[in-house]
Amino acid sequence: MIKTSFDLRKYKMQIGLILIIGLVILLFIITSPEVFLRPSIYLAYLTTIPFVGIMGLGLTFVLASGEIDLSFASVMAFAGYVCAVMVDLTGSVTVGIIGGLLSGAVIGALNGLFIRKIGIPSIVVTLGMMFLIRGAVNLLSGGLGKSLTFLIGTPWHSILVGKIGGRFPAHALWFLALAVVLWFVLFRHRFGNHVLFSGDNEGAAWMMGINVDWVKIKVFILMGILAAFAGIIDSFRLLKWWPTMGEGFLLTTFASVFVGGTSMFGGEATILGTFIGAYLIGSLEAGIVAAGLSGFWTRFIYGFLILVAVTIHTILRKGRES
Amino acid sequence: MPLVEMRDIHKYFGTVVALRGVDFVVEENEVVGLIGDNGAGKSTLIKILSGVFPPTKGEIYIKGQRIDPRRYSVREAHRLGIETVFQEQALGIKQSIWRNLFLGREPANALGFLKVTQARDETYKLMRQVLRFRGGGVSPDAPVRTLSGGERQGVAIGRAMYFEADLVILDEPTRALSVQEVQKVLNFIRTLKDRGKSCVYISHTIANVYAVSDRFVILDRGKVVGEYRRDEVSEPELNEILIELHESRAQEEFQENSS
Repeated sequence: MIKTSFDLRKYKMQIGLILIIGLVILLFIITSPEVFLRPSIYLAYLTTIPFVGIMGLGLTFVLASGEIDLSFASVMAFAGYVCAVMVDLTGSVTVGIIGGLLSGAVIGALNGLFIRKIGIPSIVVTLGMMFLIRGAVNLLSGGLGKSLTFLIGTPWHSILVGKIGGRFPAHALWFLALAVVLWFVLFRHRFGNHVLFSGDNEGAAWMMGINVDWVKIKVFILMGILAAFAGIIDSFRLLKWWPTMGEGFLLTTFASVFVGGTSMFGGEATILGTFIGAYLIGSLEAGIVAAGLSGFWTRFIYGFLILVAVTIHTILRKGRES
Repeated sequence: MPLVEMRDIHKYFGTVVALRGVDFVVEENEVVGLIGDNGAGKSTLIKILSGVFPPTKGEIYIKGQRIDPRRYSVREAHRLGIETVFQEQALGIKQSIWRNLFLGREPANALGFLKVTQARDETYKLMRQVLRFRGGGVSPDAPVRTLSGGERQGVAIGRAMYFEADLVILDEPTRALSVQEVQKVLNFIRTLKDRGKSCVYISHTIANVYAVSDRFVILDRGKVVGEYRRDEVSEPELNEILIELHESRAQEEFQENSS
């Protein structure tokens, strides 16, 4: 037997991130105690952050497999639309949800097939898909939103986005549960193992009998389903679907994942990092505005934080090599 | 009945002809040294045998059973007891030793979740008892990038040892291994022979190939140009044959270029 001692050094990135979050919150408490000493701001975070976070989990898989996806924010809107329309047509929320998730899976599969079977780089395919799907959403909806107020009181609404105990948003638990499940899939399942090797050394994976094409197509399907889920629950939460949904989420999702410590180079990823990164990135804007700084500061601070975090991650990684 | 028989194997990559009608046999409990210059087709031949890609034309028999090239794959080769240590070593260097050892054949439960403790323990045992890694000072969780060239080779060979193959194909890395590390590879081949297994050994160093092989097959530009049993040829003679081959090839290429 080998000693499985809990090695703190292995988690120094995540510990560092938690420290950064602590520091940021402390800073916000000092600058605007009237906001940050009350629970409502934290409940607001739990309400708004899971959408970016859930897509961040998918993006973590995509990056781990050595690919990239730019289309997920459009998929979010598309799946929300498909769901809303199918609920209209069939009167069944269950059918709507399944339809929405399936539409995300199909777009993900198309991404994967273009990338792996035709051989177009993922950044190009998903850039095209990003515009195509957003365009399709606008064309289909005529640029008009859809009201979903009839969802109030339905079981699915309570299960997905209800308020537990009248305050705690259910979708924050969905985000947590998905993070836990996807951690096990990535680090404790055959599929995750193949994802990591596909991103690390594609040739080696092929030589050891891994069908890298199929692994990566499945990763894009997973990404599509997660983006679809984010779109469905976001429209459920606001009881409204609108065609520009998800715009602005693309870059914050990337920021969350990179700040969390997942590398662009593939083969290395952290689910815990993405989870923490999403809350870190998601908490900044409110704090900056509450501190009395103009919204212009937000982007500047995002940028600063991304550069600092990624620099630290890279230096830590190099340190491990030597 | 030979363990492996490949008949009239052709392989084209687009318009490039890598193999043009190769017959290749490995008997039970036989070590075959596969030799030839760079680009002779050695790696292509063994990748076909390992299931990495199919031949363009030709037949393969393993243990007397005809192989359908469309169904043949690395997994199928593993199932039939053919294990390959690739020149490229086929390792994911950011991943741990145990993940590399079990890549593609991970111990898992019915739902596909990994039996991590089992994989780590078995890896540790193999590292300590068989591969003799730095006196056991390396954790099975260490990423492969932290290992030396010889240790990496050890992980790749460890796969073949752990899974008890009937035929081990060793494509020795051209990247230089230390003298000791080469000795380890040669000892591994001798162990295979003692255990009644077979081996195909590819190396550029004739002295190494000669030291362990029962038979030599010489490839040149996609064809078998010579085949010798060990008792038919001495090491200097084998060297001589290869040098002549190399010279005639250089001369031909010179004439082709000048005409």
